[in-house]
Amino acid sequence: MAAFGTRSGSPRNRGGAAGFRFALYALLSVLIMVLDQRLDWLERVRFALQAVTYPIEVVLNSPVTGWHWLEREFASRHALEAENQRLRERLHELEMRTLRVDALAAQNAALIGLKNALPPVAERWLPAQIVNIELGGLRQRVLVDRGERNGVFRNQAVLDDYGVVGQTMHVGPWSAQVLLITDPDQDLPVQVERTGLRTIAVGTGDPTALALPYLPANANIRVGDVLVTSGLGGVFPSGYPVGRVTDVHPDAAQPLARVVAAPFAHLQTDREVMLLWFRHSSPAAPLKERAGELTSGNPSIQPLPAPKRSRAAARPPSRARAAPPQPSRKSSARAPAKARSAPAPSGPRKP
Amino acid sequence: MSASARGAIFKTALIALVLTLVPLPTWLAIIRPEFLVLTVLYWSIQAPFAGGIGFGWFAGLLLDAFQGPVLGEHALAVALVAYLGVHEHQRIRTKPLLQQSLVVFVILVLYEFVLFAVDGWSGHPLVTPLRWVPAATGAMIWPALAGVLSRSYRPRT
Repeated sequence: MAAFGTRSGSPRNRGGAAGFRFALYALLSVLIMVLDQRLDWLERVRFALQAVTYPIEVVLNSPVTGWHWLEREFASRHALEAENQRLRERLHELEMRTLRVDALAAQNAALIGLKNALPPVAERWLPAQIVNIELGGLRQRVLVDRGERNGVFRNQAVLDDYGVVGQTMHVGPWSAQVLLITDPDQDLPVQVERTGLRTIAVGTGDPTALALPYLPANANIRVGDVLVTSGLGGVFPSGYPVGRVTDVHPDAAQPLARVVAAPFAHLQTDREVMLLWFRHSSPAAPLKERAGELTSGNPSIQPLPAPKRSRAAARPPSRARAAPPQPSRKSSARAPAKARSAPAPSGPRKP
Repeated sequence: MSASARGAIFKTALIALVLTLVPLPTWLAIIRPEFLVLTVLYWSIQAPFAGGIGFGWFAGLLLDAFQGPVLGEHALAVALVAYLGVHEHQRIRTKPLLQQSLVVFVILVLYEFVLFAVDGWSGHPLVTPLRWVPAATGAMIWPALAGVLSRSYRPRT
């Protein structure tokens, strides 16, 4: 049985040619991979590829879109009324909660010595629909229908109504890939709300689980603890809910505890997510990690000069008051003034 | 190598791409066979000089555009599959379908291994054992797929 399409040459010759061609293509692939890994300029190629693939993705997603449209168009009056009722209740609930939040924010601002409550960290929101497409079975990625034309940028925070969803990865002109927090590539800096303990949540590839692999076995963490973003890492503002701890295995024989959390965001059922632009001046804005300077956050918080190691400044004022003679009163008058100038929230404090 | 052979290859590859990308429930997505890879392999065996390694490479690059954590990863893996198909086409073609399935299984495991290795080297490791499942399901549907694909184009020899 001869191979059809054979023009000339023995199969042996052809085999050698195939080997050569494979070597050539393999080399080309490796070259592309290295460029994609090491250099950024393939990002432009990615951008073009997103533009090319997006129409195909939209077409493939159209049955889903059509189904949602049908569902919406032919929803019964009864169902709509029920939904309306539900949404109204939810709105009331959220409004009540917001009232409380505003009060707390004002109180908090007063406590830390600021005149007014600071502006909220979120400056702008943009809702985006999820395009249902397979972006690699076990990887946790989704495509959204907003891209550079809508001002979306790389590493932008993506949330839904319940918590953090992920961050944008490859941005095309009309679409963007979002890396979910449960993707194994995603490391999310989080904070335990109850204790302030900071750690990193790592995706597991399972859409219902986040791992906290870097906690020591004696860490103060329990089942039910709420995780919020810590604001480190430069992507997510601080204080957004991430998930709830569902499983803690402190094993004394191991140096690290095995902690699992369930994300709040409805990663599997979301149809719509929110892209977030945050205000850089807000103290909750994510800190850019640049050595030695604060590039964002509250500008009134500045590094203080190291305190002088004088006796009067080091001791509490009560002791200085007890010292009777004249020259030391001068120093005791200076000491409280120095102490008063010091207590900026983030100042280096010595006990 | 006629125009109709190329047409059939292009059409079936397009359908396979759609089957690869269409959204499915999670468990189905996990056991989904690599349709495009299987199609490339089929044509490498049945028409080694119409499609061949270049076709496999471009098909892989297309997969990268949609799914790859690194550009060029699937291109390398699918080109390897096409090369193995072209190189061994005479030995594979003459075997009964069930034996072909075994060979296909080995080739698909190699394919998955290339992806696994590149994932690891490029810093996107994915160590779950579920990633090897498509190799098994791909080998299982091979006889059916070969039957369907053989209807799309039959060489006049």
